[in-house]
Amino acid sequence: MPDTDNENISDEDIYQSLKNRYKKNILNFNLIPDLSIDIKAEIINDLVKHLKDSRDFQFTTFIDICGVDYPNRNKRFDVVYHFLSMKKNKRIRIKAAIDEKESIESIVNVFPAADWYEREAYDLYGINFNNHPDLRRMLTDYNFQGFPLRKDFPLTGYTQVRYDDTQKRVIQEPVELGQEFRDFDFQSPWLGDPQEEDKEIANKDE
Amino acid sequence: MNDKIKDNTFTINFGPQHPAAHGVLRLVLELDGEIVDRVDPHIGLLHRGTEKLIEHKTYTQAIPYFDRLDYVAPMNQEHAFSLAVESLLKIDVPRRGQTIRVLYSEIGRLLSHLLNITTQAMDVGALTPPLWGFEEREKLMCFYERASGSRMHAAYFRPGGVHQDLPDDLIDDIDAFVDSHPAVISDIENLLTDNRIFKQRNVDIGFISQEDAQLFGFSGVMIRGTGLPWDLRRSQPYEIYSELEFEIPIGKNSDCYDRYLLRVEEMKQSLKIMKQCIQILRKETGPVSSQNNKLFPPKRAEMKASMEALIHHFKLYTEGYHVPKGEVYRAVEAPKGEFGVYLVSDDSNKPYRCKIRAPGFAHLQAMDYMCKGHMLADVSAILGSLDIVFGEVDR
Repeated sequence: MPDTDNENISDEDIYQSLKNRYKKNILNFNLIPDLSIDIKAEIINDLVKHLKDSRDFQFTTFIDICGVDYPNRNKRFDVVYHFLSMKKNKRIRIKAAIDEKESIESIVNVFPAADWYEREAYDLYGINFNNHPDLRRMLTDYNFQGFPLRKDFPLTGYTQVRYDDTQKRVIQEPVELGQEFRDFDFQSPWLGDPQEEDKEIANKDE
Repeated sequence: MNDKIKDNTFTINFGPQHPAAHGVLRLVLELDGEIVDRVDPHIGLLHRGTEKLIEHKTYTQAIPYFDRLDYVAPMNQEHAFSLAVESLLKIDVPRRGQTIRVLYSEIGRLLSHLLNITTQAMDVGALTPPLWGFEEREKLMCFYERASGSRMHAAYFRPGGVHQDLPDDLIDDIDAFVDSHPAVISDIENLLTDNRIFKQRNVDIGFISQEDAQLFGFSGVMIRGTGLPWDLRRSQPYEIYSELEFEIPIGKNSDCYDRYLLRVEEMKQSLKIMKQCIQILRKETGPVSSQNNKLFPPKRAEMKASMEALIHHFKLYTEGYHVPKGEVYRAVEAPKGEFGVYLVSDDSNKPYRCKIRAPGFAHLQAMDYMCKGHMLADVSAILGSLDIVFGEVDR
């Protein structure tokens, strides 16, 4: 085991300590199943610095950054950060909601590992990170257009590539499906009273 | 980047079709003579949109995608996804199921380390180790096949347990393998550990400090090489790891050679764990998966006689099961490091978002940091010791 500090800190304590420091900038939290804290996007850089440098937490290991798309929400994207404290054996998740047109501060100056993860979030969701040294596309093809992991991007995409023998090069053309794309809706309720479920669905639609 | 462009640097392409690139990696190298100035890895040539595809599949249909991430140790990936779904569903796996999972996770670790140790040797010029290592991998993949029906893409760990029970003679054969394998490990060690060329190519190459390794998000062998005894199997135990006896080897010098030694030692520890699992499996006979038929399909024999079982089977393989709203991050100690799944569920039968946190992605990112100032020939040695598999880096 790494030399974990004797004074253990609970998830609750971590939340309280952050709440005292950031007050209204902390919007929401969850302790179960994981410690998860919703924050205002503006404080992300300062908060991550604090998590890393504070003696009480020591979240010094970078784990992950990713985007999540909620097209129906006011602020469309969640940027989700995961960190790990080996000293305290704790994990934390930070979520910041931003709008399509907004951008969020990069944390590359705190964690160099964030570089590729932010590039990936930019590539797949079109989330802009301020002060990122080199915000290029990461996973998609050279010259790719659009942001594939957004919910309004079709699974089959818009273009397909093939080698054209007459032009002697790989060309891009609009995607052509040999058979219609089938996305089955299995939302049929098989538990409980079907009529009740129908009413619920009707209510949701309103 | 640089204020003035040095007139004696030149840029070369390494890959994407290079045998030492371990797949489809394109490195743009800026060289000052033979010294590496900057490394810019271009990845994504194997990007298949796994995360997007998973959003359009039911939870059961998502499992096979995990086999295709790190295709060198497929079941370890399924494991992380299964743990995530199980914690959202709040179900437990019976003890025999947990033991089988641990047994096969360790087989996966052997598969991965055998490939990495031997190809790392090949990257620096030795041809024999891979031939010997692959013979052993072949035997292990037969164990995969006998449990799941498939040599690589197993889809064997399902949320709630494992798909089918192991036959007794398979357990005996794995036991026999565990007894015979140490001889092969020591053969490979004889070839490499004190080999002059192997040491010249690996000792003191690719150093990274403890602090930087954490900042770069390293895990697994890469972080243990720096001397930090961090292993999720011990620190945040899952399944039955907390009751098993094994050691966590750590490195001293944090170089490529240390990482090689660690992998060899981890293989020996894996054998120890497998031996203990076999002993448990011989005593523990209970079920291998959750008995909840709303989540786990009934056995085929049962379906012949029971109408209800037939209905459950049909519903589970068409609609699947609904997972309560929530989000969770679960990670396992995969052979390459911390493999995590961040799963967001919206109470439907498909994941709303499934982010895959692959250890190789974080490790590959540090290429620039680790190669700077080294010679061109060291690039492939460092790349080999990072243990990169493109399935998981590109997803």
